Amino acid sequence: MKAICWHGTQYVQVEHVPDPAILNPRDAIVRITKTAICGSDLHLYNGYIPTMKRGDVLGHEFMGEVVELGSAVKNLAIGDRVVVPFPIACGHCLQCEREMYSLCENSNPNAWMAEKLWGYSPCGIFGYSHSLGGFPGGQAQYARVPFADVGPLKVPDNIEDEQVLFLSDIFPTGWMAAEACTIKPGDVIAVWGCGPVAQFAIRSAYLQGAEKVIAIDRLEYRLRIAHERALAETINYEEEDVHEALLDMTGGRGPDACIDAVGLEGHAPGVQGAYDRFKQATMLETDRPPALRQAIMECRSGGTVSVAGVYGGFIDKFPMGAVVNRSLTIRSGQTHVHRYMRPLLERVQNGDIDPSFVITHRMRLEDAPKGYRIFNNKEDDCLKVVLAA
Amino acid sequence: MQDRQTTGPRGERLAKGLGWFSVGLGVAELAAPARVARLIGIRRPNGAVRIVRAMGARELASGVAVLVNPRASGGVWSRVAGDGLDLYLLQQTYRRNDVDRGRWLAATAAVLGVTVADLRCAQELRANETRTARAPRRSHLERAITINKSPEEVYRFWRNFSNLPRVTRSVEAVQEIDDRRSHWRVRTPTGIAVEWDAEITEEHPNERLAWRAVTGPVTLQGVVAFRPAPGNRGTEVRVTVHYEPPAGPIGSGVAWMLDSTFERRIQEDLRRCKQFLETGEIPISEGPGLSRPAQPPANPDQLRAQAGVH
Repeated sequence: MKAICWHGTQYVQVEHVPDPAILNPRDAIVRITKTAICGSDLHLYNGYIPTMKRGDVLGHEFMGEVVELGSAVKNLAIGDRVVVPFPIACGHCLQCEREMYSLCENSNPNAWMAEKLWGYSPCGIFGYSHSLGGFPGGQAQYARVPFADVGPLKVPDNIEDEQVLFLSDIFPTGWMAAEACTIKPGDVIAVWGCGPVAQFAIRSAYLQGAEKVIAIDRLEYRLRIAHERALAETINYEEEDVHEALLDMTGGRGPDACIDAVGLEGHAPGVQGAYDRFKQATMLETDRPPALRQAIMECRSGGTVSVAGVYGGFIDKFPMGAVVNRSLTIRSGQTHVHRYMRPLLERVQNGDIDPSFVITHRMRLEDAPKGYRIFNNKEDDCLKVVLAA
Repeated sequence: MQDRQTTGPRGERLAKGLGWFSVGLGVAELAAPARVARLIGIRRPNGAVRIVRAMGARELASGVAVLVNPRASGGVWSRVAGDGLDLYLLQQTYRRNDVDRGRWLAATAAVLGVTVADLRCAQELRANETRTARAPRRSHLERAITINKSPEEVYRFWRNFSNLPRVTRSVEAVQEIDDRRSHWRVRTPTGIAVEWDAEITEEHPNERLAWRAVTGPVTLQGVVAFRPAPGNRGTEVRVTVHYEPPAGPIGSGVAWMLDSTFERRIQEDLRRCKQFLETGEIPISEGPGLSRPAQPPANPDQLRAQAGVH
């Protein structure tokens, strides 16, 4: 089959690899119809996530048709149309029973590697480094899906691929980021970044009752989508002073909650940006956190900072003093996708949201290397690339 | 008089002395090379100054290497090599320069003396290193994991020893001899197979299972304790292994078996038990460790065999 393989920094290519086979009784093989490039794939693309190996098949946002089933999968049938959640979860450990699916204790066969990096291991994830399992990803024609009796969501025929594909990751991720803000009537939510996850965080915050959502980015085309399609008020941080603008837009209170939808490759103007780029380049920090720092500093006292952006290692100049002295709450986590798929499918079905609004580019699987390039370089007003496998 | 170094291994104190000697001589050679040259008998040291300086830098580097870790033999071996170089240069000096024979002889004798001390010290440290590497690091291993099943279910699984080869990577085979005795074959991470007959010494259903080896090269006892985890969190399984390796090559092999890699193996085996009991299978991926890319394998059966999944 054809698959998109990682070969090093900013180097991915289409390769012919063997078709996947059932390895365990609870596996399924899915013939992929649609898959997408995630913003977090760009962290792999740019070489910031450790324990990648040349030849790794990428991709964790995918859907398709069940073509083969292990002997223990009873709830699916050959031919079922399914969306696959990016975290792999067994459904039976204590964390899964508590619906903390991305913390599944059993799904990472390379748990010892993650334990060295982070203390304990989270779940395994498709196509996202060996320390998160070494599972081949879904930017391919087929994928093996472990614990298929727990993860994949059957979707009805009368709904388009593009409307449900993002139930695999970015819609639930934006939703969970907003949910972490425990939005109350009158709340103003500020969102750093206007990438795909941020767009869903903005929409989700409104669906959860936010009074106003403010989106912060530097790319005009993304701010425009946030404003026109997600109804956010916007701040371009390269043109405006974010602190002054937020004070102005919140009557001097500051946002009640802040969402970091940027992650480890954040940009900042001036000295701070140069400082983080230098430290990251010289391995003195693994992640560049200007968005997280600002989200903390700008959050009103007693508010919540919700971190949806991916961080992989260690950051520098973390404003802990602000967290402690102003009673801030920091919430984060890889998305517990399984928890949100059904309720969010209902939201799509009853017309609350059409997730396809973030798609700017549709390509064939073979064109993925170009998709990575333009998405990474923010060329051609790229926001989200969907690949037809 | 107090002996301040009673805890250090033999050779360590000598190494520290030699390290400080290196540092002192190095500093002198770097700071006052002409004087040092005259001291060893060179009457007109102009051309020798650079060589003496270079030797000073070398002495200083050796000294620092020794003092950073006075138990490691490497630093002292670097001194031995330096001694050889010094002797060679002294011999060249005698042939080429106008030397004060008395001073030159004294210097050469001093270097020879210190060479003997360096050699003895390095050999002693090396012997220590070998001893430490061979000696068992502990005689007691303990590892715990919590499994989200009742103590009854977990105990039933463990009591049937023939389940273990299906799930763990260490236990290759268990044959039941009778109700209390069984024959075990365990493969160590280094590939050595160790076999013994085990006898159950304690059996408290759903609580505790103890056994000991009644044959085989090693005194070995194991306890598996089962306890309900607080707040309905399943069962805490705690494995304890006590052992006493015999002397000789087999003993050192067994010591290897019970070193930290073996402890990690036990941890991984406990994790596999948890995975099997909770999920009904042992999850494997196409990219185990960093051994191969995360790509579907050409031969799935081989991948399963390498992962120890049957």
